[in-house]
Amino acid sequence: MLKDQDRIFKNLYNDMGADVKSAQTRGDWVNTSELIAKGRDWIINEVKDSQLRGRGGAGFPTGLKWSFAPKEVGSRPHYLVINADESEPGTCKDRDILRFEPHKLIEGCLIASYAVQAHVCYIYIRGEYFIEGQKLQSAIDEAYEKNLIGKNAAGSGWDLDIYIHYGAGAYICGEETALLESIEGKKGQPRLKPPFPALIGLYGCPTIINNVETIAVVPTILRRGGKWFSSLGREKNTGTKIFCISGNVNNPCNVEEEMNISLKELIEVHAGGVVGGWENLQAVIPGGSSMPLIPKEKCETLTMDFDSLMAEKSGLGTAGVVVINKDQDIIKCMARIARFYKHESCGQCTPCREGSGWMWRMLERMAKGEATKDEVDMLGDVTNQIAGHTICAFGEGSSWPVQGLLRHFKKEIEERNNLDPIVQKKNNIPYLVDQHLLDKKNA
Amino acid sequence: MSLRRPAKNQPEIFEFSSSSMEEANKIVSKYPKGKQQSAVMALLYIAQKQNDNWIPLVAMKCIAKFLDMPYIKVYEVATFYTMYNLSPVGKYFVQVCTTTPCMIRGANKLVEACKEKISDKENELSNDKSCSWMEVECLGACVNAPMMQINDDYYEDLDKEKTVEIFDKILKGEDPKPGSYRGRLNTEPENNRKTLMDEKNA
Repeated sequence: MLKDQDRIFKNLYNDMGADVKSAQTRGDWVNTSELIAKGRDWIINEVKDSQLRGRGGAGFPTGLKWSFAPKEVGSRPHYLVINADESEPGTCKDRDILRFEPHKLIEGCLIASYAVQAHVCYIYIRGEYFIEGQKLQSAIDEAYEKNLIGKNAAGSGWDLDIYIHYGAGAYICGEETALLESIEGKKGQPRLKPPFPALIGLYGCPTIINNVETIAVVPTILRRGGKWFSSLGREKNTGTKIFCISGNVNNPCNVEEEMNISLKELIEVHAGGVVGGWENLQAVIPGGSSMPLIPKEKCETLTMDFDSLMAEKSGLGTAGVVVINKDQDIIKCMARIARFYKHESCGQCTPCREGSGWMWRMLERMAKGEATKDEVDMLGDVTNQIAGHTICAFGEGSSWPVQGLLRHFKKEIEERNNLDPIVQKKNNIPYLVDQHLLDKKNA
Repeated sequence: MSLRRPAKNQPEIFEFSSSSMEEANKIVSKYPKGKQQSAVMALLYIAQKQNDNWIPLVAMKCIAKFLDMPYIKVYEVATFYTMYNLSPVGKYFVQVCTTTPCMIRGANKLVEACKEKISDKENELSNDKSCSWMEVECLGACVNAPMMQINDDYYEDLDKEKTVEIFDKILKGEDPKPGSYRGRLNTEPENNRKTLMDEKNA
């Protein structure tokens, strides 16, 4: 288990209060101006040394992302945008940072803004987190009052303004370009990349977009050194991470742990074990709903980091671990996830808009046992028609969980759905003939 | 995609009150000059708050004029995002999360409670016209599942009995206490905490 002194978010459960005074006793805002005085290159190098990877799901190296910002500010200003549109089912880590560790985030915003030469930072919070947004706003007001942000922020000589922008219940706005569209006051429909936001982003200006957790850990990394951060976890999967363990466990909780921790330890030690015992485990979704599930056999030895989960054809995503035990109907669980994606598709690309509803309807029928034999393969076909054929990664996100189900639980689906196809083809019909005439004869 | 239609009965006029106007001007100042369109989402919230928690079409026209943008663009935004109510909802607007992490911890019991206490169907006002409920997608409090949101507040760690108790309170016009209903501290593992013990005992 990670030692308490190595935990970054000491106020994860709000034992101490989230105001600026108690934040300072935890080490925030202590020597911020000294850190900034060391210069842009030092900051970016230190973040690169720490091998910090984005905590929002894709796991892109943060230092590298920052280095994409143009070196000189041209005619267009630079922007920093914080993605707090946390809506991935199974994930609720950013919420705790927003309400209990807001000063870690604000200090991170100042350092990151300096590193990418932005004077304005927008924090995009999902609309449902109104109370959390208010708490963050009061922390921002506090920081303005103490001159920690604003003109000559924290005595660093850098000017920074932070504004909150509320979303309004669209999951897709967690996608970075959809988020930018949303800040610009449009429908949240993703843009084609390239051009990447680092060059052409918010209002056509260079924009760096990071997740809340990514930015909130940066001040601690700079204080304790990139070497310290990279000594935790393993190569390329370093540092600590907040895991959200939900579903059929005895004590669902958020906990900050070292990367590469074993899944079994996470569930047994922190979450108090699976309801009904480890033997009652059916499957685990390791990284929020868009990551393929992993069946029990593999959970015994699984470790939680980007690369080891990738090797299992899943992913760490946002580290929202959803535990599903044998009391649940796994097909129904996935059908509900498919319904979520059907509801949240932005409607821009046809494969996703139509396909997500198609997957949901098929899975609903399969959960009831009303599907025919051949439809199981057809479902796999539909997922392949979506993944990779859309503007943003929503296509993958919606089809991966279904592919995961088909990969590991195909037998269960087939046992339940063994109806014969409605139209049975008795002989091979050559293409290029009037098929509808032939179908009648062979029906 | 979700299908969203504006209400049939629309009011004729809508105007921002002076306090709303002040708030709106403050929000527009957050964005660069000439980019006032960015404020449309916040202004829709203001209109919704002013108009008993729903947005009539005239309000969209009013916002379009205020921000100097085409009406259709405001309409697009208002119909795209699901948190803008396009038809009247109750004074207490109950949203029950039923996505998988909540579902496997018994969110359907909460839905049952809604049907018994508020109304048979989603988006229908209760008998006394004070409440309405709907199923929503993940509200981002999965480790406190099952949960629901009433207006701005989250009610967590629920079961059917506790949900019924909450509904009894709001039907009487009281405001129940938000947060965990099993008495645990935020997202800590209940009775099983192994981390940050010094902070806990401090």
